[in-house]
Amino acid sequence: MTQQSALRIKAGKIESLTENPTHYCAGCEHGTLTKLIAATLDELNIREKTVMIDSVGCSVLAYNYLNCDHIVAAHGRAPAVAAGVKRLRPELYVFTVQGDGDALSIGLSETIYAAKRGTPITIFVVNNGIYGMTGGQMAPTTLPGQITTTTPYGRDPALTGTEFDGSSIISQIDGAAYVRRASLVVNEISNPRGKVYSIKNLLDAKKAVKNAFQVQALGGFALVEFLSTCSVNWKMPILEAKRYVNEQVIKRFPLGVFRDTFGVEKP
Amino acid sequence: MSGQRIYIKGNEALAYGALQSGLNGYFAYPITPSSELPETLAREFGNKKYPQYKCFIQSASELEAINMVIGGASTGAQVMTATSGPGFSLKQEGLSYAACMELPFLIADICRSGPGLGNIGPEQSDYFQATKGGGHGHYRLFVLAPNSVQEMASFPKLGFDLAFKYRNPVLILGDAYTGQLKEDIEFPSLDAPNYDVSSWAVGDSTGRGPHILNSMEMDFQKHYENMGRIFEKYKIIEEREVLYEEYLTQDAEIVIVAFGIVSRIAKAVVNTLRKKGLRVGLFRPISLWPFPTAAMRKLASDGRRFLDIELNAGQMIEDVRLAVGTETRVDFLGRWGGIVPTEREIERKIQSVEVVAS
Repeated sequence: MTQQSALRIKAGKIESLTENPTHYCAGCEHGTLTKLIAATLDELNIREKTVMIDSVGCSVLAYNYLNCDHIVAAHGRAPAVAAGVKRLRPELYVFTVQGDGDALSIGLSETIYAAKRGTPITIFVVNNGIYGMTGGQMAPTTLPGQITTTTPYGRDPALTGTEFDGSSIISQIDGAAYVRRASLVVNEISNPRGKVYSIKNLLDAKKAVKNAFQVQALGGFALVEFLSTCSVNWKMPILEAKRYVNEQVIKRFPLGVFRDTFGVEKP
Repeated sequence: MSGQRIYIKGNEALAYGALQSGLNGYFAYPITPSSELPETLAREFGNKKYPQYKCFIQSASELEAINMVIGGASTGAQVMTATSGPGFSLKQEGLSYAACMELPFLIADICRSGPGLGNIGPEQSDYFQATKGGGHGHYRLFVLAPNSVQEMASFPKLGFDLAFKYRNPVLILGDAYTGQLKEDIEFPSLDAPNYDVSSWAVGDSTGRGPHILNSMEMDFQKHYENMGRIFEKYKIIEEREVLYEEYLTQDAEIVIVAFGIVSRIAKAVVNTLRKKGLRVGLFRPISLWPFPTAAMRKLASDGRRFLDIELNAGQMIEDVRLAVGTETRVDFLGRWGGIVPTEREIERKIQSVEVVAS
């Protein structure tokens, strides 16, 4: 509880956040990530030296929430746009927030080659297992058997393959300096006072965001994948969706540091 | 190189023209017949003569290259890419976004024969795609059509000036001939200008509000107004930035309309037929968008006949017909597949027009 209120008090003073209310659905963790990034920009004092590349998907309206320069890229092309900015203005911090469909399906080539060249940019991928903005179609990260509007009988691996493990695949690319999977989903825990929610995952996610920017400062490519829910398109109550991530999704997408060339990750 | 006489290939001249007019970054993907551009610019990367030239990257795809261009142009830097036919199709996505985001940069399409893979010979069959938008949504690119290696050298400067003046992408539409041709030229004296990008470019935002470069607007009324402002810009460009060349048109009975490499052949035909006493002239659009509609209409009002010649089955002819109106006769000579009409073929065509018409 004390940790939680500490985070809330700090949130009120985040300069890198605008005062616009977000458009995200109830229970969605996109807003959480936005807040973690904003807090990190404040902490590192780099807001005015930062350019965010917004992608197509639920992250597209980030320019309304994060108080820095923005370029809104075409679907999947954010890493290429980011590379263009970074190559011409290496002193700037350049980062993207992309969905799993954006970064790992239509834009996989852009993601892989940004990593391969060791482009010093930071990529944040929100993995909620579905195309959220378009109404809940199958994403590369959809689990076998999972129901979406384009897999109404469950994802059939014989037809569509299994889920795409982005962090593990990108981490095999020698140009990548930092690849980590974190979670934006709070954990339900019971203690003597009843049901409470642990924000340990959020604190870890915050650390990953900061590390990713620090890797960029050191001249390296960083990608952090965040597990997230999409209760609206999963057609699940919010708490059930969070439980689904913590109990099911996490088995197929384990959290952890997949690559850390500069050793920024401290235990 | 400025002011020197030099024997050089069209694509190389375009590359050096861009470098000398202040190129900061080039994003490459190879495709014949445009590949001398990335090759030249890779070779010159790091040359101390061009200290402003900070970045050369060979991308993994045409899509990646055009989106890197978008990123680079968003910083207000002078950036470019080049491609040809099949690659130009892939560039359309990025060009649609860039036109709406009002980004200034250069792209060259060294047009080859299409559709599909076609072949690597010269065609002008990307005319529709170049001048009518090409990607989704309503937008325009400046389209400049050089007809010589001399112009391949000087058009990058012209292109960057227009791009930054109006915040709009500029396309240099060459063809396999203007790209591959080697000519003896006097290299133009170019300077690297300092364009003011402070009101819109992304970068260090200290002391100002965020700059947001975005093609999306979910509010219908706002999008209507934003696009309305861009369409007004297009109207101003159509009024002010038209480029064309007229050659012996004032007393001509037949005016050949041709752009790019075809206009060179047509000019030779005009000279030959003039010696035989035929009053033939040449109208050569240099900016294909904005199209020189008004100037062409003026010529049409004197009852002249027109012969449109293109390296395709008839694309620019639609704009010619719109310009001269239905009362004016417009004949057409087209060659495609990499075939270029000979002077003799054009002469025969003109003589047949003459016979039929009189």
